[in-house]
Amino acid sequence: MKRIAIVVIVVLLAAGGWWWFHNEAKAPVARSASEVNAAALKDPALIAKGEYLAIVGDCASCHTSQGGVRYAGGRVLPTPFGNIPSPNITPDRETGLGDWSFEDFWQALHAGKGRHGEFLYPVFSYTSFTKVSRDDALAMFAYLQSLAPVHAPALQPSLEFPYSVRSSLKAWRALYFHEGEFQRDASKSDEWNRGAYLVQGLGHCNECHAPRDSLGGQEGKASLAGGQIPAQNWYAPDLSTRANGGLAGWSEQDIVDLLKTGQSARGTAFGPMADVVTQSTQHLHEDDLRAIAVYLQSLPARPANAPENSPLDTRPIMAQGAKVYGERCADCHGKDGNGVAGVYPPLNGNSSVNEPTGINAMRVILLGGFAPVTHGNPRPYSMPPFAQQLSDADVAAVVTYIRRSWTNTASVVLERDVVKYRHTPID
Amino acid sequence: MTTHAAKWSQAGRVLGAWLVLVLMAQVGNARAQEAAHPVIPDTLQQRIAACTACHGTHGEGTPESGFFPRLAGKPAGYLARQLQDFQDGLRKYGPMEYTVRPLSPDYMREIAEYFAAQEVPYARSPVPTISAETRQRGETLVMHGDPSRQIPPCQACHGTQLTGVQPDIPGLVGLPYDYVSSQLGSWRTKTRATVAPDCMAEIANRLSESDITAVSAWLATRELPADMHAQPAGSVTPPLHCGVLGNKGDGV
Repeated sequence: MKRIAIVVIVVLLAAGGWWWFHNEAKAPVARSASEVNAAALKDPALIAKGEYLAIVGDCASCHTSQGGVRYAGGRVLPTPFGNIPSPNITPDRETGLGDWSFEDFWQALHAGKGRHGEFLYPVFSYTSFTKVSRDDALAMFAYLQSLAPVHAPALQPSLEFPYSVRSSLKAWRALYFHEGEFQRDASKSDEWNRGAYLVQGLGHCNECHAPRDSLGGQEGKASLAGGQIPAQNWYAPDLSTRANGGLAGWSEQDIVDLLKTGQSARGTAFGPMADVVTQSTQHLHEDDLRAIAVYLQSLPARPANAPENSPLDTRPIMAQGAKVYGERCADCHGKDGNGVAGVYPPLNGNSSVNEPTGINAMRVILLGGFAPVTHGNPRPYSMPPFAQQLSDADVAAVVTYIRRSWTNTASVVLERDVVKYRHTPID
Repeated sequence: MTTHAAKWSQAGRVLGAWLVLVLMAQVGNARAQEAAHPVIPDTLQQRIAACTACHGTHGEGTPESGFFPRLAGKPAGYLARQLQDFQDGLRKYGPMEYTVRPLSPDYMREIAEYFAAQEVPYARSPVPTISAETRQRGETLVMHGDPSRQIPPCQACHGTQLTGVQPDIPGLVGLPYDYVSSQLGSWRTKTRATVAPDCMAEIANRLSESDITAVSAWLATRELPADMHAQPAGSVTPPLHCGVLGNKGDGV
């Protein structure tokens, strides 16, 4: 019923949007008519700055297919509304940005519109990128234009109706998109402002670390509050200093360490964040990492969830979990759940253990895997996958045990939750 | 009145109690350390628990089922290439793709060399009952190929003893029937591929389904040569151009 209502609303808004959109179609700005001349784009210092910023924005992660040429697009991004392939952003004239002017690029990044004024799907995170400064956008454009052109025709999105009607985005944008560059807060330090600019803008941390509603939109007030990543089914934790599920206990250095090396005294990056560290944050300058940490540490701690009083008698499941933990986990993570410094992450107080859903702990136990390979940690230790060895009941028990032991007070996880995530496609 | 003996006895008891306490404290400390700080060896073997959980500590695989392939003793270049192919999505298997995704080329090479250096006896695996005719067909394909269908013999690339060739060509003898037949099948269904030209994909597509059964069964029952090590590098001239061999080779 809810779904039907959503479809009706979207269709109505789409019809209205179509009418509006009709008046908004525009011709691209020709390169010859651009305010930026071609010679300016060839400046090596500008290109180098743009290359760094493209890494900060992790553009390659979406704009490169598995095993494909960097920035040539083709990675298919799953969303609850259908699959959307990323376009080629190398300067190929026919299939890439070869004919684009800086004005066209700015319009995409800042306003979320294509060259002809068409609305871009917000899987391209212009909800965050709108905060990027014009100078930084110019540097990234210069860098992308300096790449070797690759001929790679765009794949077509496979979206369900009514999402396949681009003009339906008019309504979505009215609800969720706030166009505008980052505004400095004069009462805060330069470092804090730099951190806020990177986190809210180019770093687009909110795209994963904030909850989405049924239309895939995000409310501003839930900024960095943590959220389940749609379709991928990982939980990106709260980045405030909230206890039990946030970054309580993390020092500035812990945040820098995680972003730089993939691991810290408080936890290790895995799943999508491991990719972010490998491809993006490990390459960031130390002062930018520190600025990000300063900003995150300044976020007011959201109140911790009240410890859940389960209506179930949790004693049997805790006993079963303790047994599994002793046999499979304690050798590395310790009986006290504190891990081994620099080797295995602590589970006690770990934000990914305590996140509201239990998804992260369930999936890490099933999948195992390596900590990200970085310059700071070139030969990481790894965790065995337990999908073959543990039943759904055992996984539920051990996840419940680690979520409710030591200082952890998160909710119980049930066998049916494990069933749900055991076969989540891995991408 | 207290005697000397009693004094000594009392002192002894105090000393004894003190010793017991010290010992208990030490045992307690050791326990606490054990609990708080598990001792983790700084070895590659410890680091790659994600690999050895399924493939075995020494890469022995699961010969009974053939589900997790043996890695031990396979040439390092071949193993490193497989990791790269999983990373690039040329080989399709979700858990492997997920596991190798964060690895660097250097680390993959080191892991490949670890398994390549493992010496593990070969175990025999179950093989379906096949007719003498099928068995003969298997032997013919392996040793002589089928020129009428442009199928080169396996031994032309995989070595005269079918134990592989350094550094990029794996051995075929000693592998389970289920493993070999499923790999040949996966080349046909495009869930296993490698850099072009992918000569094994071409060959697998020239084989019929009954050929795959025949070859896999013959290889799985072949008596193992005394020396299972791969032949030296450069000791074969591949009859096809193969991307994995640097596109060297003769013929079509």
